[in-house]
Amino acid sequence: MSGQTDLWSLVVIVGLAAVTVLTRCFFFILDRPWGLPEWAHRALHYAPVAALAAVIVPEIVMTQGHLVSTWQDARIFGALAGAAYYFWRRGVLGTMLVGMAVYLPLHLGLGW
Amino acid sequence: MFLSADIRRRPTFREGVAQMAPMAVGIGAWGLMTGVAMVKSGMSVIEALAMTFLVYAGSSQLAAIPLLVAGAPAWVILATGFCVNLRFVVFSLHLRPYLMHMPRWRRLVHGYLTADLSYATFTTRYPSPPTHRDEERAQEAYLTGGYFITWSAWMGMSTVGIALANLIPQAWGLGFAGVLSLVGILCSMATTRLRVLSALIAGATAVAAYALPLKLNIVTGIGVAVLLCFWLEKQFVRDPAEVDA
Repeated sequence: MSGQTDLWSLVVIVGLAAVTVLTRCFFFILDRPWGLPEWAHRALHYAPVAALAAVIVPEIVMTQGHLVSTWQDARIFGALAGAAYYFWRRGVLGTMLVGMAVYLPLHLGLGW
Repeated sequence: MFLSADIRRRPTFREGVAQMAPMAVGIGAWGLMTGVAMVKSGMSVIEALAMTFLVYAGSSQLAAIPLLVAGAPAWVILATGFCVNLRFVVFSLHLRPYLMHMPRWRRLVHGYLTADLSYATFTTRYPSPPTHRDEERAQEAYLTGGYFITWSAWMGMSTVGIALANLIPQAWGLGFAGVLSLVGILCSMATTRLRVLSALIAGATAVAAYALPLKLNIVTGIGVAVLLCFWLEKQFVRDPAEVDA
């Protein structure tokens, strides 16, 4: 999967498109009214943040399968700066821009 | 749905476009970086274009990229995408009375194209579902106008990002912009103490269980976090309304 198209990835992408339709239309796919059991409603509160955190935290603090052993890692500072911006001003785009403004000089300039 | 001239001719279509236009600038910029992030993470141009035009869900696309690149099994990628998209399930319950007067295929097209901001703007403009034929037509056109402009901005700018990405060296690490976007989305969803805890537990578990094969550390992280938060909620939260946000 390095710049080459493979059929399996395309199948997964079509699957993800089906997930988009399924989740965005969940309660109006069927004609009859229905509801979720209570436990599923509760799960809706915690699963989305859990899924995002489970994906991104290893992307920020791990290299080649190991926890980073140095604090000189541009990703950590970029992510912290982005999060700090979010809680100061809100806005996903600003979070990304501020995070990159910290990440790029450290990564390209200092080689972290 | 914006291909239908009948919908475009209704006056509320333009109103929806005008309302969403300022937000479309931000959505376009985010699409641009998502396009760059997809290619810079190692996806091919065809894969990146297919993902942009078919999946049309920024956060689940960005979450899927590292998993796809690492060769995770399909069910792990789809389950992760489903969990990231669970907020739409809540929106769909809210939108149901607005759409049920339409045939199913039409509901599905509207649902597929209605992302976060279109949903929020639409339900703010129309706090209650339509009660007669004129309202039904007006609301449908407003919703379509709103998602028409966001869809166009997202698709156009994502495509520009995918094209530009090939001119930028891999070593710059621009793929990290995708992770940073998810940091912002994560912060926006962490609105209660238990949700913050859920994120911390899931992140720590995913790191600790990293050695698991097939990227199962992601699913493990979600499972452990949700179960622990359930248990904590039962133990310590008396009024369930406290944890609703």
